[in-house]
Amino acid sequence: MSILSLKAMKTDIGQYAVLHDVTLEVPQGGVFVLLGRNGAGKTTTLRSIMGLWKPSAGSVIFRGQDISEMHTAEIARLGISFVPEDMGIFGGLTVEENLILATAKGQFDNARLARIYELFPALETFWTKQAWSLSGGQKQMLSVARAIIEPRELILVDEPTKGLAPAIIDAMADAFREIAQTTTILLVEQNFEFAKSLGRDMAVIDDGRIAHSGSMADFAADKPLQDRLLSLSA
Amino acid sequence: METITKIVTRFGGVSLLPVAVALLAFVLIGAPSSWVTLTIAGLAMGMMIFLMASGLSLVFGLMDVMNFGHSAFISFGAFIAASVLAGLSGWLGSDLIILNIAALFLAFAAAILFGMAAGWFFEAVIIKPVYKDHLRQILITMGALIVAEQMILALWGGAPMTVHRPQFLEGSFLIGDITIEVYRAFAFMLGLAVYVALYLTLNRTRIGLLIRAGVENREMVEALGFRIDRLFVGVFMLGSALAAMGGAIWAGYETLITPALGGEMMIVVFIVVIIGGLGSIEGTLLGAIMVGLMANYVGYLAPKLALTSNMILMMVILLWRPNGLKPAVK
Repeated sequence: MSILSLKAMKTDIGQYAVLHDVTLEVPQGGVFVLLGRNGAGKTTTLRSIMGLWKPSAGSVIFRGQDISEMHTAEIARLGISFVPEDMGIFGGLTVEENLILATAKGQFDNARLARIYELFPALETFWTKQAWSLSGGQKQMLSVARAIIEPRELILVDEPTKGLAPAIIDAMADAFREIAQTTTILLVEQNFEFAKSLGRDMAVIDDGRIAHSGSMADFAADKPLQDRLLSLSA
Repeated sequence: METITKIVTRFGGVSLLPVAVALLAFVLIGAPSSWVTLTIAGLAMGMMIFLMASGLSLVFGLMDVMNFGHSAFISFGAFIAASVLAGLSGWLGSDLIILNIAALFLAFAAAILFGMAAGWFFEAVIIKPVYKDHLRQILITMGALIVAEQMILALWGGAPMTVHRPQFLEGSFLIGDITIEVYRAFAFMLGLAVYVALYLTLNRTRIGLLIRAGVENREMVEALGFRIDRLFVGVFMLGSALAAMGGAIWAGYETLITPALGGEMMIVVFIVVIIGGLGSIEGTLLGAIMVGLMANYVGYLAPKLALTSNMILMMVILLWRPNGLKPAVK
């Protein structure tokens, strides 16, 4: 059963057509990875789902409801959270304030907070620090933590490993594995090893169109297909 | 520049800059009583400018709107308050302090209510169509300012208007050989109260948290489930009301106002917002106090430089800190 369906979605940015025809089924549960080269349309796909850029045609169906015309805030309230490529943290706010802002009623659920401390111990250490003073990896942890501080149905994550040290990437992979046990993750990634270690299903986008979709295990086993679709280094 | 920053940080950071300016002025002025009088005048002036500038800073920072029409709210606030005070002149001259206070309260309330209503209208009709387009924002808000000034001319005429003060705010009191004007002390206390209220709202409430987050990244606030466009309207109304209130207090301070008041204050208000750092209430207060103190000290020490002192201050600070003294976004 799909939690999210994109049907012939098209998105224009200014006068440029970036997504031409994106049709995709994201099954409920686990990590769905969207792969593609730079400029293929991965980020635009996530932003279009989130309503930050409105699709000019096609539809975005979340749990059977068409959300393509909805305001971003309403989409978020349906249970979709977004971890953008630039992390989108509020540097002038403390770690605590960044997280409390993402709660529905301005109060933490202690059990969820304890889980976040377990996943990202650094956030507890720097709880009262302003977010701008955190390292890149800690900022990414905060951005992911903010996405799961409330129960969510779907998390859209845009290139979370970009610029991070290998040790932090490993910690992030562990965190995503645990989050994916209860929440569906749509992950956009260029780091194929990271994506391969997490993904159950996957798709490749190229020039604003879905060029391939299937299981990650099959795709990981087909080196010529990877080379043809991604032109990625192994 | 890094050396200057290190020295300033070592001595307590930019928040202590007004203290440094005051100490330098103390050495240059020499006479302690004159220095105290000028310092209090500067602080009172700074607080009034803060009231006028704080709304613009929030609107600039949160909404990324260059509202050159902001001074229209200052002008209207001044004229509305002056008209209410003129209408209640009997209460102002009364020996009953309660009537004095009631007249002042009604004048400020009228200015604030007008500011809120006009702010709502201005945002809906003038600002909303030009979001994300700075050039059109400048053109349309400057046009709105011209229209507003002409409306004031049509309603109140071009002749300067005398502003009546309540009896209890007239005169001055002496502490030793130091003279302190009652109205200046009142303006300072009122400005301080508004600053504390704003500070607590921004730092101790959820709506304040949203505003601070929105100043940094509007898109992300929306992605967390909040309708920032509705927050914009509220902040715009608040900013307009603060400007109108600032205009009302400034009118009582000047006691003679003209339709050009807003336009004249706009330059100072923009300097304060730029010096302080966009979207930062603490920065706006710091910038306003610096400007108020500089205007008074320089006016006393080198009157010919009085008009340019704030421009020079802005240039020096921007060369040192291009984002202002305390920008909201690091």
